[in-house]
Amino acid sequence: MSDISPVARPERGTDTGALARLGQVAVLPVGAALRLLDPPMQWLQRVIGARRMAYVFLLPNFVFFGLFVFLPIGINVVFSVTGGTALFPSQRPYVGGEQFAYLFDCGSYLDPSTCREDHFWRGVANTAKFVVFQVTAMVLFSLITALVLNMKIRGRGFFRAVYFFPVLLSPVVVALIWKWILQRDGLLNAAITTLGGQKILFFVDPSWAMFWAVFVSVWAHMGFYTLILLAGLQAIPADLYEAAEMDATPRWRVLIRITLPLLWPNMIVVIVLALIKGAQTFDEVFVLTGGGPGTATLMVVQYIYETAFSSQVQNFGLAAAASVVLGVVLFVLTLLQFAAARRKEV
Amino acid sequence: MRAVTPIITSFALSLIAAIAFGGPAAAETTTLRMAWYSDGNEGEVMADLLKRFNEQNKDIEIVLDQVPYKAINENLPMQLASGQGPDMARIVDMGGLSRYALDMRPLLKDPGYWETNFGPFLEWMRTAGDTKAIPGFMTQLTVTGAFVNKTLFEQAGIAMPGEKASWEDWAKAVKEVAGKVQAPFPLALDRSGHRFYALAVSQGTQLFSANGEPDVVDEGFKRAAQLVYDWHKSGIMSKELWGSVSGTAYRGANDEFKNAQVVMYLSGSWQTSQFAKTIGNAFDWVAVPNPCGPGGCSSMPGGAGLVAFKTTQHPKEVARVMEYLASEPVLAEFYSRSLFVPGHLGLAKKGIDYPTASPEAAVALKTFTASAAGISPIAYRAQGYGNSRIIFNAAISRLGQAVSGETTLEDAYKRITADVAQQIAERNKK
Repeated sequence: MSDISPVARPERGTDTGALARLGQVAVLPVGAALRLLDPPMQWLQRVIGARRMAYVFLLPNFVFFGLFVFLPIGINVVFSVTGGTALFPSQRPYVGGEQFAYLFDCGSYLDPSTCREDHFWRGVANTAKFVVFQVTAMVLFSLITALVLNMKIRGRGFFRAVYFFPVLLSPVVVALIWKWILQRDGLLNAAITTLGGQKILFFVDPSWAMFWAVFVSVWAHMGFYTLILLAGLQAIPADLYEAAEMDATPRWRVLIRITLPLLWPNMIVVIVLALIKGAQTFDEVFVLTGGGPGTATLMVVQYIYETAFSSQVQNFGLAAAASVVLGVVLFVLTLLQFAAARRKEV
Repeated sequence: MRAVTPIITSFALSLIAAIAFGGPAAAETTTLRMAWYSDGNEGEVMADLLKRFNEQNKDIEIVLDQVPYKAINENLPMQLASGQGPDMARIVDMGGLSRYALDMRPLLKDPGYWETNFGPFLEWMRTAGDTKAIPGFMTQLTVTGAFVNKTLFEQAGIAMPGEKASWEDWAKAVKEVAGKVQAPFPLALDRSGHRFYALAVSQGTQLFSANGEPDVVDEGFKRAAQLVYDWHKSGIMSKELWGSVSGTAYRGANDEFKNAQVVMYLSGSWQTSQFAKTIGNAFDWVAVPNPCGPGGCSSMPGGAGLVAFKTTQHPKEVARVMEYLASEPVLAEFYSRSLFVPGHLGLAKKGIDYPTASPEAAVALKTFTASAAGISPIAYRAQGYGNSRIIFNAAISRLGQAVSGETTLEDAYKRITADVAQQIAERNKK
């Protein structure tokens, strides 16, 4: 009799059988370790009851979130009611709502130049502008791309990969590539001058700078949203289209009456996710334009970063207060996303 | 089992031998960390010097962390505030970080040597009111000055303005040259508050009121700001430097100058080494002293200091390293190989040989060394003031907005005054 255990014994025949056996061998130690946990877990279940066991399994995640999400949020709130430049909260003087009062000290919220902390409000205005243009463009182009990629075209798999590829790139890499393309002696200006045009200083003109900030952001993230919409499109029952075809319904009418209404729940998710991501924009725009020209592309998160870390007086209190304000806005947007998701489920 | 026994025995013996002979020696080695940024080749030179120190002092090992300039300005203050900083660092904001600096006086063999040779610069490293601490030494003294593309002037057939020429003379000349040779940047001024003050001091700014408090926006300051504003309007300065980024972001024109796109580049002596290396024979360039104005022709002094921090666990060893590096022969070699203007009074008096310098670099260093002798007291005071960087940053941030057309100069003046007051108040909050 062989001394190789039945599990470890290689099976003659198909390769998949051999691989499956190999996998079983590989997980043996894990199984053994988990079996060690059986007695204490059974004991715990007897003590606290089966219903409460769910909390035991959720505990590791709670600890993780507590340490890395809720604790930093709490520390941030503490910083927002303190002043000075000391790093540790215990060394910082309590100033109450002074930082918030400073942030909100404005003649008119629609005119940043009347605000005491004008850079924050310029950041708010730029972020709002960015979000409106970016989300509109993102939804529109993602939808068009998803519709095209859902059609039976040649090389569909290739194009799906191509559109998704930028999502895999680091935002800093994306911004550096586009900066190289857009600078004075960049690729785009080289093309323009070759065609007989004049060089355009894209990063000196506020409108061009904002345009490229939006464009690059859409280019980089569109693949992700396209994927969500594509999944939605593929979930639409084919018999609806077949019925429309039998009725000789025009294609535009199919789009308006069947595709878009059934895709709407996915669209809501895309809109809300893009809104949240747009409001948090920092890295790409920071590397691409540095917030300039002037403060034309300065976003709220860049303002927070600069106030806390790169300004001469590292004003953690003011930056934390601005973070709290941004956090509240993002929280509202997240609630919207939840509401939209629930509606989708219903 | 018999086969295994000799293996275990020899392993145990090796372990005992390692503990007995290697252990104590290893335990005696002190490891120090030095954070360092470079403009040119000074990191390589420092690495050589530290290697030599280590050969002579086997008990001290120094890890040289070469980091970007941005990390020194943004990350190092955070590290120091949290008590996790390096033992030593090459820094520029000496006043801002003075509260973390170690007073090495009790640890130095000859504090008098330091007082004699680094005296005026030690003030930059001390906290307000302190007149005695010795926290470090200058790895370089810098002076602002301009680099001029001589070849472009020759191609345009226009004579370069002479010594003591005013800013306006230079602005007129570089505009003519740029027009003739189609250079996109007639005049480039680093987007830096420090460099702006090279212009402002020459325009007569006083920076402080009679009671010693900062009074930033005076007539001299306004004259300088107006010049920068007008130069952008007239195309003498391109908006690509001052107008293309926001806030306090630094933007230099090194690459543009190296690519012969800039006729005149106001920067400073620290660029000499890299220009000498990267421009090579591509074109002829010269360094000229700071142009003049109603307030004189003073350059802005500056520089970087190697400073020890009080969070170090090994102050004695840190002092030994600092003494070695600050000693006259070692520092002379450092300045000489790095092509730096010496921040050591004794060496400055004797003069430094720069055998590795190209002819252009040698002339430039001579020009900058001569400029250092003519620095005005206001310029020294501006550099040494503990909150100077608050002022520099407020100026650059707000003037940048005016240049890009976002605000008027008058608005910028009001904002600069408010920013400076607010940030100093925040810094003083206890």
